[in-house]
Amino acid sequence: MKTAQNNREAVRKDGSAADAIRTKNLTRSYGKARGIIDLNLSVKEGEFFGFIGPNGAGKSTTIRTLLGLIRPTSGSAEIFGKDIVKEKNAVLKETGYLPSEAVFYQGMKVRDILKLSADLRKKDCSLRAQELCERLELDPSRKVEELSFGNRKKVGIVCALQHDPRLLVLDEPTSGLDPLMQREFFNILKERNREGVTIFLSSHVLSEIQQNCTRTAIVREGRITACDSVEALMKTSAKRVTVHGEIHPEMLSGVRDLKQADHGFSFLYTGDINELIRMLAKCRISDLSVSEPDLEEIFMHYYQDGGEVS
Amino acid sequence: MTLIKHELKQGGLSLLIWTLSIAFLMLVCIMLYPEMKSDMDEVSDLFASMGSFTAAFGMDQVSFGTLEGFYAVECGNILGLGGAFFAAFCGTSMLSKEEKEHTAEFLLTHPVSRARIAADKLAALLLQIVILNAVNLVVSMAAVAWIGEGMMGKELLLLHLAYFLLQVELAGICFGISAFLRRGSMGIGLGTAAILYFLNLIANISDQAEFLKYITPFGYAEGTDIVADAGLDGGLVALGMTFGILGIAAAFRQYCRKDIK
Repeated sequence: MKTAQNNREAVRKDGSAADAIRTKNLTRSYGKARGIIDLNLSVKEGEFFGFIGPNGAGKSTTIRTLLGLIRPTSGSAEIFGKDIVKEKNAVLKETGYLPSEAVFYQGMKVRDILKLSADLRKKDCSLRAQELCERLELDPSRKVEELSFGNRKKVGIVCALQHDPRLLVLDEPTSGLDPLMQREFFNILKERNREGVTIFLSSHVLSEIQQNCTRTAIVREGRITACDSVEALMKTSAKRVTVHGEIHPEMLSGVRDLKQADHGFSFLYTGDINELIRMLAKCRISDLSVSEPDLEEIFMHYYQDGGEVS
Repeated sequence: MTLIKHELKQGGLSLLIWTLSIAFLMLVCIMLYPEMKSDMDEVSDLFASMGSFTAAFGMDQVSFGTLEGFYAVECGNILGLGGAFFAAFCGTSMLSKEEKEHTAEFLLTHPVSRARIAADKLAALLLQIVILNAVNLVVSMAAVAWIGEGMMGKELLLLHLAYFLLQVELAGICFGISAFLRRGSMGIGLGTAAILYFLNLIANISDQAEFLKYITPFGYAEGTDIVADAGLDGGLVALGMTFGILGIAAAFRQYCRKDIK
């Protein structure tokens, strides 16, 4: 992990700071339905980037646009400096993609699917494929339609990784994988990241992002509401306040996610800390804790905030 | 090349079933001829005097009592219609099946251009039609030789050529339709083939509807015309091929810009 950080620093220090992904006002609308609006995103080479947001926020639309499955309505995007529309093949050559639902051709064996994928890339990936199958405990002689959801996901993982791409785009990669497999999968990702591979991880599992990603964008209703390092996002002014006792949170401004607990209240507080103390001083309280919110709470904060960036 | 091979493998079983079914029916039909020939004189008269029904199947043009006439009508309906159904079914599903079966996301995120994918799929489609027709030509020629009723060289080749062209045109049109579909393609394909077939029957019956011959590929693949004229109507064939090419052009245009859901 340390090497990875060093690598990243190196990239930044030498000033080139090459972008793996860069979007400029990328917009994709589906008539009235939400798509993505004026998305400006920059992912540096070698980053482990998290892309997080509720269902229907535009995560998959962004990914599908980047990979050329759908065309942008306006704006543009580049992957490794190549235009995603005009130089789609060059982009796809360097990219490995794991769709959220991996579906393959009926009647084919895992081995044949992996071979087909490699052949379509005009690359011999048999050694890599074998190594990945062993690590993920995937039997290549099975037929794909006999596989469980999780095992089909593994086929998708091998397809995304076997050609050693420079960029990995993962759309909710862990759904269907058991915890042990998830761990092995993230081990593989971290190894690749250490070797300099850029990883773009879309997820709504916050712990995944918190534990693995260095930078994260939060997307909501087709727009990016926050984009920063995970640590910086954690350092928002918001505090999780839990109070036991009789208090009057309605007297404060900046209270969010108010929950009535057994003997008091719990809430996220973004207002003036002095106001809070003044209010607390007037009340009779038996216990108090003020803590940093976890990413999940921050996510809720951005999600419910109507899109303003703190 | 990878994709062509993949398509042929995927479509192999279906191709085998269609080819064998059509070949089997052709074989049975041809084998029946010597037995039927003795009763044919009466049957011929009967068939020749059924008014528009006679016209619909072109039996006013050739005698059902000769091998050529029999072959043009009976086998024409088997290979003509069977082949057309296969071509239409295969054509309409060619591009749309990836989305219908949700494999488009897999295929289209590989570094292969959409145009290349469409071209390879088209090649696989045409190859399958060639295989079906080649097998049927060989089987039919062998069967005709075997019954020993005299070889029909040129007519047989012309008939098979016409059915082949018909299938190519239909495949081209359906390939075009395929690019616009997202799911459910079998009905549209078979429906298209059936409608074009009936248009030709109508064109045969009514003089006012004769212009329909210019629309349907069955117009130039009319077995009895081919046997009677000992040739194909070049104009109709050229028009038909133009329709086919337009279908293919539409397919490329649409597929290269299509949003994959």
